[in-house]
Amino acid sequence: MRQTRAIEVGTGLFVVLGLAALFFMVTEITAERVGVQRHGYLLSARFDQIGGLKVGAPVSIAGVNIGRVTDISFDDSDYRAVVQMRIDEQYSRIPDDSDAGIFTQGLLGNQYIGIAAGLSDTFFVDQDRIELTHSALVLEKLIGKFMLSMAGRGNGSGEAEEGAE
Amino acid sequence: MNGMIGDIVGSARDSLATFGRMMMFLGRLLAATPAAVLRPRLVVHQIYNAGALSLLIIMTCGLFVGMVLALLGYDLLSRVASEDILGAGAALALTKQLGPVLTALLFAGRAGSALASELGLMRATDQLAAMEMMAVDPLRRVALPRFLGGVLAMPLLTAIFIAIAIFGVQLVGVQQVKIDPGSFWSQMRSAVELADIYEGLIKGTVFGIACSLIAVYEGYNAAPTAEGIGRATTRTVVVSSVATLILNFILTAFML
Amino acid sequence: MVVVRGLHFSINGRVIFSGIDLNVRRGSVTAIMGPSGTGKTTLLRMMTGQQRPDSGNVEVDGQDVGALGRTQLLDLRRRMGMLFQNGALLTDFDVFENVAFPLREHTRLPERLIRHIVLTKLQTVGLRGAAQLMPAELSGGMARRVALARAMVMDPRLLVYDEPFAGLDPISMGVVLRLIRQTNDALGITSIIVSHDVQEICSVADTIYLLSDGSIAAAGTPQDLNGSDAQIVRQFMQGLPDGPVPFHYPAPDYHGQLLERAP
Repeated sequence: MRQTRAIEVGTGLFVVLGLAALFFMVTEITAERVGVQRHGYLLSARFDQIGGLKVGAPVSIAGVNIGRVTDISFDDSDYRAVVQMRIDEQYSRIPDDSDAGIFTQGLLGNQYIGIAAGLSDTFFVDQDRIELTHSALVLEKLIGKFMLSMAGRGNGSGEAEEGAE
Repeated sequence: MNGMIGDIVGSARDSLATFGRMMMFLGRLLAATPAAVLRPRLVVHQIYNAGALSLLIIMTCGLFVGMVLALLGYDLLSRVASEDILGAGAALALTKQLGPVLTALLFAGRAGSALASELGLMRATDQLAAMEMMAVDPLRRVALPRFLGGVLAMPLLTAIFIAIAIFGVQLVGVQQVKIDPGSFWSQMRSAVELADIYEGLIKGTVFGIACSLIAVYEGYNAAPTAEGIGRATTRTVVVSSVATLILNFILTAFML
Repeated sequence: MVVVRGLHFSINGRVIFSGIDLNVRRGSVTAIMGPSGTGKTTLLRMMTGQQRPDSGNVEVDGQDVGALGRTQLLDLRRRMGMLFQNGALLTDFDVFENVAFPLREHTRLPERLIRHIVLTKLQTVGLRGAAQLMPAELSGGMARRVALARAMVMDPRLLVYDEPFAGLDPISMGVVLRLIRQTNDALGITSIIVSHDVQEICSVADTIYLLSDGSIAAAGTPQDLNGSDAQIVRQFMQGLPDGPVPFHYPAPDYHGQLLERAP
């Protein structure tokens, strides 16, 4: 009974520490933005092939992280992937003729969307669509292309046809 | 040959019987759980015993596990020039596997064995029987708060372990071998999803239930002798560790 | 107060009781004695409902203990106090809290009243000054006195003592003896003592039951037993090494075994 108080203080400290660790994990280790995540504007882009792109992947321009992918869906009217992304509001001056591509971080890293700035004087606004897109490079296709071009070197340029995936 | 098969069948049956008794014990504990809400102080005391007193060992081990992970990971990844993903790899390994598993093993060694020997001693010195004679149910008064304290403390200990370990990774990775902090953190953030943290916490909770149950069961049902207490303590650590690793496999398979 | 009828019990094929009858009068001090291993403690455990007999029954205060449900049993136990061999104090709590424990668990009395009751009981056993000590700081005799205070705190009608004299020095023994008699007479409690300390029991008990080989070997007042000619009674009361309870554990022939060639 004498140490009841010390025990209560110790327990309180422990629980606070545990919750702080949880908070640290959720906010610092993951890309989740607790509470303040609803800022920024949405852009969409259509790709023939998104490779291994996932929701949460970063969107960058000139290597700077400016937002992330919020949704990926498939449009069965034109058989393309529709990628939604949220761009932080401070990056509001992105030319509306910029193009988006899907790239890989390092050799084995995650895929991300890279935006190359265009020349237009008008900028993207909320719900705009990026018209110019470059699909993800799929390694197997790349190798296939390379093999074909090697084989077809004699009789002109080799046309890479879509192989089975 | 026949005898050996008989032995194996016999010991399998014994283990199954122990498992069954343990599950019945869990049922009794769970049935009594609503009563514990009326005595929160008892549970708080046990969160202190299981959680706050394990804090130092959890933090120390977390830090060193994180640091060694960073050294090892850096050595490996720098060979393929991908040391940027050290943070991502370490964080994933820690949240999904190493964090909950190592915390549970440490918990079994520190809090579990203490629980088992404490309850075993209470059994051996007739304290539990004395409570029964005072018309107090020792299962509710003694076993239940200890069980709940352990169950509540484990996820928090897991979170603390992981957070400290990531600090350790960062300490070696960023401060010492000079991985670019920007790519370290951004790689980590893009790799770790909320689901991974849920997985870690679910594991921590499940391991907490298993380790606390085993410790309380072994201690509560210890043979009332010095040898019995020793055996209960040893069994607690061994059975908890094995159960943790088996459960980890099952949970990993489920959540993959 | 306590009536035992035709009690039979065996563990793992070993017969502990083969037909025991005894009767404890309200307000008396009754001793159950017998050589080690005759199941004295088991008998106590049956009276308190910690163990059930194979057949026969134990009635306490008119209730068949073996047939009671859990809640009824707990209810009955609130009217009993039991003193365990080594006191069985709760090591987490100090002396005061140990004595207060049943009150805190079973009543919602205000703190002032609890304090009052606990200090009164501690005063009775002469340990009011030790209220703040932890059980580890107590001697064996003190621990047993605290346990007695705790057993009395709910004002039970039946007090059961399991080996209250084991391992005590003569002074502590005298203190415990006097306390047993005092609480019994002053509070009108019925007391049952399990022990094998002949001298002490003779000085405190009204009735003695001598247990041997699973049945009652003798019963009566201390004078009756001291004057008995039955061999087992004489062996036990006078502490003779050999008699109906043999000195030698059953063994093959001594000379034969010595001369035998080693296998």
